[in-house]
Amino acid sequence: MTPENDAPSRNFPDTSWSAVLGVRSGDEGVRARSLEALAQVYWKPVYKHVRLRWGRGPEDAQDLTQEFFSRALEKRFFDAWDPARGRFRTFLRVCLDGFLANEAKAAGRLKRGGGILHLPLEFKRAEGEITMAPVPSPDTIERHFDAEWARSLFELTVESLKAACDAEGKAISYRIFERYDLEGSDEERSTYAMLAEELRIPITQVTNHLAWARRRFRALLLERLRALCATDEEFQKEARSLLGLDV
Amino acid sequence: MTYLDDGVLRHLRSVVDLPDLSATRYEVIREIGRGGMGTVYLAHDRDLDRDVALKVLNAPDPTGDLRRRLVAEARHLARLEHPGIVPVHDVGHLPDERVFYVMRHVKGVRLDAWRRRASGLTHVLRVFRSLCEVVAFAHAEGVIHRDLKPENILVGPFGEVLVLDWGIAKRLRGQATEDDPRPPHAPAVTTRDEPSATADVGRTLPGSIIGTPTWMAPEQARGETASLDERTDVYGLGAILYFLLAGRAPFDEATSRERILERVMREEPAPLRQIDRIIPKPLAAICAKAMARARDARYASAAELASDVDMYQEGRPVTAHREGPIGAASRVLSRYRAVVLMILAYLVMRAVMLLI
Repeated sequence: MTPENDAPSRNFPDTSWSAVLGVRSGDEGVRARSLEALAQVYWKPVYKHVRLRWGRGPEDAQDLTQEFFSRALEKRFFDAWDPARGRFRTFLRVCLDGFLANEAKAAGRLKRGGGILHLPLEFKRAEGEITMAPVPSPDTIERHFDAEWARSLFELTVESLKAACDAEGKAISYRIFERYDLEGSDEERSTYAMLAEELRIPITQVTNHLAWARRRFRALLLERLRALCATDEEFQKEARSLLGLDV
Repeated sequence: MTYLDDGVLRHLRSVVDLPDLSATRYEVIREIGRGGMGTVYLAHDRDLDRDVALKVLNAPDPTGDLRRRLVAEARHLARLEHPGIVPVHDVGHLPDERVFYVMRHVKGVRLDAWRRRASGLTHVLRVFRSLCEVVAFAHAEGVIHRDLKPENILVGPFGEVLVLDWGIAKRLRGQATEDDPRPPHAPAVTTRDEPSATADVGRTLPGSIIGTPTWMAPEQARGETASLDERTDVYGLGAILYFLLAGRAPFDEATSRERILERVMREEPAPLRQIDRIIPKPLAAICAKAMARARDARYASAAELASDVDMYQEGRPVTAHREGPIGAASRVLSRYRAVVLMILAYLVMRAVMLLI
């Protein structure tokens, strides 16, 4: 079986929907949906930031992460963001630091955990990741936030790719992508020939499936990234600086 | 959700940008260069079992127009047979609408790396002279390169110069037609609707700015792609001479693309002799003339520029520099050093004999 020729994937994602603009919408429903989309990518960097930059314990950090997104929706934190003045990601981190500083001052008076936004967040997994990775030094904490954001974006895109492959009957394409691109280090990586033998298909089909999956991954990644940017210019800058892509 | 460690993330980042060549006869081996217009990869041609350099342009080409133009240009450029010219021999389209072209993979030291090891002005000028010769040949054939920069120039072990990346070159004269016999190494990709004689990649690329900001002429920075001519390459050669003499690019490479473009359009680079007083005045003048912001003030072609460099090397007056009597005397002394020394020795000997 070889992947069918799908329509050429475009450099620019079709969607022009932007969660970072939607979160400032006058429509409450649009705002909530947009914040949920943002929280999907940002919750893990936020949680890790609370744990590592602010030194809060796991339970406290879980409450604060939930509370931050709920408060952002309720108090419309992101209305003040001006796309012309910088990246949304930086603005969000500054908002988070402000929120945590205020929270620390008002500790004991503020009732936490009763926010209006409830996200199914896998804090246990995030906690495990913190213990596995080296602790960032104070002067690299900002870069760490950016790196975690990128990791989150890639992880979500892998999930989207898996879902798309399952839905389109291309499980074998995902399987090859997973084996070749996600498992093991460069030295341990299986060769095309090994995968061909394992899956009992010709090498050319291995490379075709892999090329198809990567192409789809790229398109899904750019689509997600586009939703996290306010303008085409910002999208192009982000794609170039974070992913090394010229789009 | 699958946790992606730093190693997997690095790998994914690199493969996300790899061109999808599954429908072609090429396989990517690794990235070998990245510039403002695209990325160059070392690739393997399965059919001919050889390594090639494959450049993927950044600009998407949803209509296929850019590829048709590149095919037409490459077909024409295939006629440029010169040992210093590495022609494009295939052009194709990626599924994500980007265009790629394929060149012979040649070995040599990139001019910027070569400059760091080069010793002596004579050696440097000999290589620059060879570069001018290659570009002058293309000019004589009615072709301009438009992206001359150290990254596109290789120096071989015997000082031979190879100019790469003719993929965005423009032909000023001549026309590739359906009836023209194709040379043996003409591009493998064929299209039915070839563009006319005025085919120009610049019309298809976004912003119509062709080239690399640090090395481009002011008219390129302004996006005047239709009016570019030999003098645009003369500016590029001047910028390269500047780099060879000063050891750095004419405009600070560390600033943003926009800032460099602005500086190219509005400012003169720092005078060479301000950077290094040892640089001879005539050479600094040759460089300044080649890099004049007004096209009319530049050399008309690479051949003219090469001729002035020859004049300097032969100790003759150069057209770019009006010398004073001291400068002229010093040049004559330098040119006829042996004769002058012999006359001086003779005079000293006569004087000593008179005193005895």
